[in-house]
Amino acid sequence: MKIMVAIKRVVDYAVKIRVKPDKSGVETKNVKMSMNPFCEIALEEALRIKEAGLASEVVAVSMGSAQCVDTLRTSLAMGADRAIHVESMSDRLYPLNVAKLLKALVDVENPGLLILGKQAIDDDCNQTGQMVAGLLKWPQGTFASKVVLDKEKQTATVDREVDGGIETLSLDLPAIITTDLRLNQPRYATLPNIMKAKSKPIKKVTPEELNVQIRSDLDVVEVSEPPKRKAGVILSSVDELIGKLKNEARVI
Amino acid sequence: MEKRRAYALLWQWRASSRPLSSNHRSLLPNSLLTSRSSDSGSMFNFGRSFTSLSSFTEQQRQSFQQLLNILIDRRVLHQGTFLRSSNLPVRFYGSAPVERSASFSEINTKDITYFKSILRENNVIQDPDRLQPANTDWMHKYQGSSKLMLLPRTTEEVSHIMRYCNSRHLAIVPQGGNTGLVGGSVPVFDEVIVNVSQMNKIISFDKVSGILVCEAGCILENLESFLDNEGFVMPLDLGAKGSCQIGGNVSTNAGGLRLLLVQHLHENSSVGLEAVSANGTVMDMLGILRKDNTGYDLKHLFIGSEGSLGIVTKVSILTPPKLSATNLAFLACKDYLSCQKLLFKARRKLGEVLSAFEFLDSHAMDAVLNNLEGVRNPLPPAVHNFYVLIETTGSDESYDRERLDTFLFRLMESGLILDGVVAQDINQVSSFWRIREGIPEALMKFGAVYKYDLSLPLEKMYDLVDEMRARLGNPVKVVGYGHLGDSNLHLNITSPQYNDDILAQIEPFVYEWTSKHRGSISAEHGIGLMKANKLYYSKSPEVVQLMVSIKRLMDPNGILNPYKVLPHCLSANN
Repeated sequence: MKIMVAIKRVVDYAVKIRVKPDKSGVETKNVKMSMNPFCEIALEEALRIKEAGLASEVVAVSMGSAQCVDTLRTSLAMGADRAIHVESMSDRLYPLNVAKLLKALVDVENPGLLILGKQAIDDDCNQTGQMVAGLLKWPQGTFASKVVLDKEKQTATVDREVDGGIETLSLDLPAIITTDLRLNQPRYATLPNIMKAKSKPIKKVTPEELNVQIRSDLDVVEVSEPPKRKAGVILSSVDELIGKLKNEARVI
Repeated sequence: MEKRRAYALLWQWRASSRPLSSNHRSLLPNSLLTSRSSDSGSMFNFGRSFTSLSSFTEQQRQSFQQLLNILIDRRVLHQGTFLRSSNLPVRFYGSAPVERSASFSEINTKDITYFKSILRENNVIQDPDRLQPANTDWMHKYQGSSKLMLLPRTTEEVSHIMRYCNSRHLAIVPQGGNTGLVGGSVPVFDEVIVNVSQMNKIISFDKVSGILVCEAGCILENLESFLDNEGFVMPLDLGAKGSCQIGGNVSTNAGGLRLLLVQHLHENSSVGLEAVSANGTVMDMLGILRKDNTGYDLKHLFIGSEGSLGIVTKVSILTPPKLSATNLAFLACKDYLSCQKLLFKARRKLGEVLSAFEFLDSHAMDAVLNNLEGVRNPLPPAVHNFYVLIETTGSDESYDRERLDTFLFRLMESGLILDGVVAQDINQVSSFWRIREGIPEALMKFGAVYKYDLSLPLEKMYDLVDEMRARLGNPVKVVGYGHLGDSNLHLNITSPQYNDDILAQIEPFVYEWTSKHRGSISAEHGIGLMKANKLYYSKSPEVVQLMVSIKRLMDPNGILNPYKVLPHCLSANN
């Protein structure tokens, strides 16, 4: 069985986000970009399944500008066998378009499992996995905190953290899984694996080759910063505090 | 004469690397010889103030009396000192005792009234609760008993304070963030604390030259985030950056983690400063230009003098532009020799982008993995003998990355590197740095930590750790780590409790060893109170004499940070 993993290149989660002056989006120039942390978890899960002997190949897929290759290189260094880069300079790679591209790739590659992060930390959409599942008509286990595969029955058992407990689902393969934070702890890229990754293939395709039209079904009107927090004041007495709480904050 | 001869002897011995013979030893004053178990005492939490007999436990009382007997025996103290005195003006800090200098006055109400007339009333602090943290150092190792802290807001206010204190012979401790490790920033007795934390304004920043001018009380991290917005970085980075202040950084010539890239404060060509001398004179040496070759470059006297010559009130610093592309590798090596070879090769092949080269041994790694939460071994499951962190900082991420990768592959193939990981995102960068930066914190959890911050010739550096380990045996843990790129070893020794026997095994062995190999007994922590009497291990008698002359010239009454930096027998007034 083959596992396909979707990888998104995003602004590194430790970087302080700056909104572009024209409010059209966030600044990505000269900003450190890294793999979306949930995608890292998705890849780690695929690698563990493969290492347990339940899969034969892990294919990493990313979409976007030419720099996505760097992120795919990282996934190869973590242990993916090969990678596919869907090159598109479009700024309209929203979930539905991405889901269509993923469906087209699934049709070509025929994986038994498609694993995605539950959401990307840049746009927080949390839609792509669900949309691909809909397009492919595959069962989906979203927000997975535990995944167990049964090779003989060709099923996946997925634990999901829901309000007040854990929900356990059984999915027939092929299936879609989206990963939550507590599923696993991703590995580091070791030197020997980084070396090996240099010779692993990254295939480049375009949306046209996949017969997918990048269409826009929504427009971003404006991106703005959250309101700035007001500076605090230091009070000199308890009475002053009580006065402020009563008269200004009106909470007591 | 006797003393001078003794120092000359010590210096001779140091230069010739011969072991000190016992008849030479007998010539040396006690303050230089701390080898025998009891006068090197680290007992009672390093010199907390002992106000009355009743505050001791019986055990403490006994060991204290033992110590006292030995001191009396050596004529350091007079017989009966302890029993006679109810308020003992003597402090013990790992070596000979320090006595409060009789030439200093004590604070009276007139002084307070004066200070209230020149400062805002709420900047004259007498509240014991607020004085307590200012009297105690970060490690809780040194404890002063100052009754007064002043918080000036301007250079003029500092000048008024100094002029007055000088005329009144009131001793002063300049203080910033109070994060020092050698007891330099806390009072020893009742010195007036002059804390510059209210002087925290950024005065100017020139984007073209990159020169930042600010007041001494600016917290390093605040300057860092200010510059980050402007696209520049501070030329120094310390673990204590969230509390330490730039005036203190300059006064103590603090180094830190990324020295390889950013140079020492002494070498930073445009660092200038404004300082107030003991008599209140304001000295403006705030260069805002890179080049200035006019006469004596006196600002260097203040850099690293630890507040003993003047209080730094403003600082100008040349800041380099921020380079966004940082790469970090965490590597394993089989022995110390491989680490050295690695450094040699990294300097050649990575050149200008090499920004940090740190090492730690397996004992340090063990401590971090076992004692800190959320830290994981980047290279499981093996535990290797040595680990090295190599950081590159440049302007082109993928180019630098390629260069680092190629370099690492080659060395991995040649066997110099056994295994390694390269950080793929900032989160991984922080977790690798956390291992190195978390060592001091991890070691504290073992109990007592004896810290030595030494500069040693690179090839000899780790021999000291090995020798120490053999010398001390189990269950004492001897840990070596540090800035290999600067030949700076942090030798840390831990035991469940502070213990005289262990300390006697360490000191003065470690200082003698360092001296013998022409190293420095304080690579970056400074001298402070802790090593004032150890200065001769790193500086010749002639040089120390010149320091004393300069001190007397600039601070004739000796009011500035007394008992620190210079050996006590020489720095005592007149």
